[in-house]
Formats: sequence, structure tokens, C-alpha cells
Amino acid sequence: MVLVNCAVLLVFVITVAAFLIWAERKVAARIQDRLGPTRVGGRFGWLQSVADAIKVLTKEDIIPTQADPILFRTAPYLAFVAAFSWYIALPFSRNLVPARLEVAALFLLAVGSLEIYAILLGGYASGSKWSLIGGMREAVQVISYEIPLALCLAVPVILSGTMDLVAIGEHQRGGIWSWFMFRNPFSFLAFWVYVTAATASLNRAPFDLPEAESELVSGYMTEYSGFRWGAFMLSEYIAMFAISLLGAIVFLGAWYGPIPLTQPFGFGSDSANGFDDLLGALTVGMKAMLGVIVMIWVRWSLPRLRIDHVMTVCLKYCMPLAAAAFVGTLLWQTVFS
Amino acid sequence: MTPLRRLLEEESWEPVELRTEEIFINMGPQHPSTHGVLRLVLRARGEVVTEVVPYIGYLHRCAEKIGENVAAQQWIPYTDRMDYLAAMNMNLGWALTVEKLLGLEVPERGRHLRVILVELDRIASHLVAVGTYALDLGSFTPFMYCFREREKILNLFEWASGARLTYSFIAIGGARADLPSGWVEACHQFLDELGPALAEIHDLLTTNAIFVHRTAGVGVLAPSTAIAYGCTGPVLRGSGVAWDLRRVGEPIYSRMYQDYEFQIAAPDATGRYPDAAKLPSPPKKAVVGDCWHRYFVRMYEMEQSAKIVRQALDKYTASSGPVGQPIKHTHKLPRGEAYLETECPKGQMGFFVVGNDSPIPHRVRARSSSFCNLSVLSELCRGALIADIPAILGSLDIVLGEVDR
Repeated sequence: MVLVNCAVLLVFVITVAAFLIWAERKVAARIQDRLGPTRVGGRFGWLQSVADAIKVLTKEDIIPTQADPILFRTAPYLAFVAAFSWYIALPFSRNLVPARLEVAALFLLAVGSLEIYAILLGGYASGSKWSLIGGMREAVQVISYEIPLALCLAVPVILSGTMDLVAIGEHQRGGIWSWFMFRNPFSFLAFWVYVTAATASLNRAPFDLPEAESELVSGYMTEYSGFRWGAFMLSEYIAMFAISLLGAIVFLGAWYGPIPLTQPFGFGSDSANGFDDLLGALTVGMKAMLGVIVMIWVRWSLPRLRIDHVMTVCLKYCMPLAAAAFVGTLLWQTVFS
Repeated sequence: MTPLRRLLEEESWEPVELRTEEIFINMGPQHPSTHGVLRLVLRARGEVVTEVVPYIGYLHRCAEKIGENVAAQQWIPYTDRMDYLAAMNMNLGWALTVEKLLGLEVPERGRHLRVILVELDRIASHLVAVGTYALDLGSFTPFMYCFREREKILNLFEWASGARLTYSFIAIGGARADLPSGWVEACHQFLDELGPALAEIHDLLTTNAIFVHRTAGVGVLAPSTAIAYGCTGPVLRGSGVAWDLRRVGEPIYSRMYQDYEFQIAAPDATGRYPDAAKLPSPPKKAVVGDCWHRYFVRMYEMEQSAKIVRQALDKYTASSGPVGQPIKHTHKLPRGEAYLETECPKGQMGFFVVGNDSPIPHRVRARSSSFCNLSVLSELCRGALIADIPAILGSLDIVLGEVDR
């Protein structure tokens, strides 16, 4: 059953990534007074990602002579696997869960860290100095930001008393004020730290230092081309959606809408029918999409931070704030419940 | 004794020393932020750069030698290709130099026309400088906004001269043609639209916290160093030296601007700009001579140039008569020499010409401001981070066509 789920999931995830790549181009274009893709597929360039995929697949496969051939080939697939593994434990609604894990939050943190290896390997194995610097930056940045990310993720875990994401979602039933983000001031703080740390651990602008186009050419991706480059690209968008989805589940009320409507609209109802699950999945998907759009918006508005600023933001601001949110939530729970 | 302690006290155990090495990194000539075909060799210790050596010459086209084989008027298109982002200014520099040698006087209307064109091109050049600077710092959108405004200038120039980049419009003796009818109104409309566009860029960059962090206090160029290296233009003025050839240049050049009201874009010792009440004030971290001030000088200068163009449009419309007659290709240059520097967007561009009783100059030489501004790069980049290299290089705003000629 898990295998079937995974196969369905793979198709779904790649479709979402293709949509996000198109969305990024369209949103970026709108922000920049451009039109973006307009032709492929008739209108709005909606088939642009398919055209891109065909282009990427038919490109010449180049492995630099200086590269370590095995590691160079492994890295992009490791990145893809790391990003995809998130979805195994991410629930879309009460019953739409590929694999319900008791320790889903812990599992996600663990597989999320795999991506560091992919980028570090890619950077190291490319045999190029730009790639190496990119890989090193990734190591420094992502390992640091994992700590505030984990601390923030602990806040909803404390609030619900479980690491099971389905149960965490169920705890947020009933309107916007039951969402974990609005439960107490500390969880509100934790949400914003989560947003920052998530953006940083995804290497999205303004934290896109590992690929920093204007400094490191393309960082760890400099020597990659064709399908391998495409795999890195795809995994970036897959991870983006995954981390937004996780944020939506643990902070933004999961599959429950902001207004508790009763039957037949499904939100917040008790019955466990397929229609409910579908609506729930749509709700959480829309929340996650909103998160991704915000990330795109931020990317096209802000300049890039410098490596020392990135570390300052992490060690001086994110870490203490996340710790404060963690301790504060603990105290809040002890005092008020 | 615990196993761990035994392990630590064993004699064979030695602390491992991490070996760090300096690496040489080749940045360019195919690098996204070297602004053309510039090659920098960085000596780096991790992310910290200890030495930067620029290598130039990838775009050398023997322009000066060509100038000694064609008539003075025929060399105008070659000046276009020096600073191709401000070709009008290049045309003017060469035209004025030869006019100085010939003792030629351009009619009043022609002078105002020239001011309109070069100041518009100064705005266009600074828009590219600011836009690509944002790009160097990883912000893509301001680049598009800058190019949208620049596009309007290029459209105006295309309307007047037929070309969008290499105009060859200002000629020795005047200009190729007068402005077409309706042009002045279109130019006024552009100037009206420029103000809000600049305010937008101020919002996106000047006051942006990340932008300030990346530029303020980075690459500080002391005024004495700037003068010692021969830096000119916004690079010199960013260091607080209020030196602008439009005010202090040779009479043949500064006379063009004598009736115009504008401020020299240079901060005083405290980092304040003259008449800048409406503009964002400098951040606390900013030091006079850093990347932020070099960037802001360009933003400030655009406003001043827009002011000059407005005045010039009025003066141009009020004046009558010809805009000047370009000299013929067979027009002989007298025996003698002339050198003239003009205030171009990138700095002081100088042209030198030696006449020999022949239409073809005996010797032609161009003194490039970008070349001098680039030479200070190694000084500024010592001890900077790798991410600062594009930030500093971008703030110098060089154009390789002019460095290599």
C-alpha cells in the first residue's frame, strides 16, 4: 500500500513542482513588469514547464573531467530523494496520509537534513572552486538553521502533545483562533521564526548563498547541466512546497479553514467521508501554495544577504527567538492547561 | 580510569591540525557580475579575499590607432563604442576636443541640444549602473524597473537619431540633425515619469535593510586614495570630493552649463547631500566613500540631470537658429594639439588629438575614467569577503568597452 501511495505521490509531487516552476516565472514576471511565458500551451504559457523538461532532458550530458564521476552523478538524485521523502509523512487531510507515522515531525527533520549531503556532494564532486564554495556555504548555513527550525517545530508538538502530524492537525479544529499560530504569543513568534528558518534551509532568496548567481556563478550547480541540473531544480521546488505544507499543517490550522463551517461544506465537520478529505486537502494545499507564493514574492523583492549576515541572523536572532518561543510555550502550557 | 580518559592520555594521540590553504579563484572573463569581459584573479582564504588582481584587454579594439587612419568626423562612431552605455557623452567629448583644436564655436541652440542629449544619456547610464548594481547584490527586480525607464530614453534617442545605443548623433561642429517635432513634449513626459520611478528604486534599494547591510561601510575609499589613483566621477564624488567638470572644467565645456542650476552630487564630511530633504537620509552605518555613497551619488545625480534637462528643454525651445553644421570629412585639422576632459557618467573621459594639416589626425588618444576607477579595485577589495567583490566592483561602475578601448 505504501508503494502505491508513493507512486501516486511521485506523480502528484512532480506535477506540483512543474506548476510551481511555472508560477514562479509568472509571479516574477508580474513583479517585474513583464509578461512571463505566454505561448506554450496556447494561453498563459501553462505548458512552459513541460517544454522546459523536454529541453532539459534532451541536453548534452556533461561531466567535467575534474569531477568525481560517481559522487557527481549521485548528488542530484540524493537531493530529489531528500525532498521527496518529506511527502511520505506529510498528511493532506485526516485520512489522506501516505504513511501515518507516530513520530512524523522527527522523521521530517531527519530526512530534511539529507539535502545538505546532496548539495555538499554536488559542490565537492564538481571539481570546481565555485561549486566547492557553494557547497561549503550550504553546509554552514543549513546546519545552523536546522536548530531554530527544529525548535520552532517543537512548539506545535508541545501544544498538541504528539509528534503525529495528523493528530497535530486535528488539534486545530474550529476556526482561525484554534490554529496553533494564534494559540499564544510564543507560537505566533515561532511561526515567523519558522518562516525565516525554512526559507534559509531551502536556500531561497534572500538566503540563496549556496547558488548566489552574481558571486559564485551558480554555486554548487555551476557544473551541472541537463537532467542532473533539472533534478536539483525540481527538488528545490518540491522541498519548497513540502516545507510550506508542513508550516500549514503545524501552524496554520492544517486542513481546517479559517471559519468553522458545518456540513455540507466539510470544513471542521466530524464525518469521515471522502468529500471531506478532498476539501481538507484542497484547503491545506491552498495554504501551502500561499506560502510558496510569499517565498517567490520575497525572492524577487530582496537583495541577497552576505554569509556573515546569514550567520548573524541565525545565531543572534533566530536561535534566541526560537528558544524563547520553545520555553515560553512550555511555561504557557504549564500555567494555562 | 575511564576508556575515554585512557584514550585522551595515550601518547600516540595527537591533536589534529586543520590545514587551511589559500586558493586562487579565477573570476571571469565569463562571470555574471564582472560587467563584461573582465578577469579578476582572487587570492582567497576561505571566504576572505586577500588580494584581487584585475586582468584587462579582452575587449581591446585598437580604437586609438584606428583614429589615426580616419578623418576626425569618422572617428565619432568609434567613440560610441567606448562607453556604449553613454555614447552621447563620448560623442560630445571627442567633438569638443576637435572643436577646441579648430577653434570652432557651436551656436547657442546647438549647445542646449547637446546638454539635453548628454544629460539624458547620463540618466540612462546611471540607470544601468544602479540596476546592475542591484543585480550584483542578488536583487533582480530593480534591474527591470531601471531598464524600463532607460527604455524610454532609448526610444527618445531612437526617435532623434535612429539608433538606440551607438548614436553618433553629436558631431564635430554641432549635431547631425535638429530634434523632431513633438520630441520636447515626449521628453517632458518622460521626466515627469522618472521621479516616481526613482522613488520606487529608493524604496527597493536605498532604504532596504539588506541593501544597506551589503553596501554601507563596505569598500571605503578615502578621498586621498581616490585622488591618488586618479578616480573620477561618482567614485570620486562618493568619497566626498565635490569635483565636477561641468562646473570646474575647461571653459569650452563648463560654459555649456554656466546658466544651469544644479547641485554637485557629493556628500559633505557628515554624509549629507545638498538639497536632499526629499531624499532618504544616509543610514547610520554608511561611511563617506563606501559603496552606499557611490550608489547614492548616482541616484542623486539622476535627479540633478533631470533638473538640467528640464532647464535645457526650456532654453532650447526659447532659442532659435541652427544647431550647428557638422564639419566635412575633408576639413583639415590645423597643426597643433588639444586635450579636453569632460564629465561623463562614469567619470572624466579625456580625448587628445594632434592635428597635422590633414583631415586625418596625426595622433589620437583617449583617457578612460573606467580604467582609473578599476585600478583602485585591488586596494578596496583587500580583506573583503567574496560576496563583497561584486558589490565593490559594481559600485565602481566600469564599462569594459571604455577600459580596453
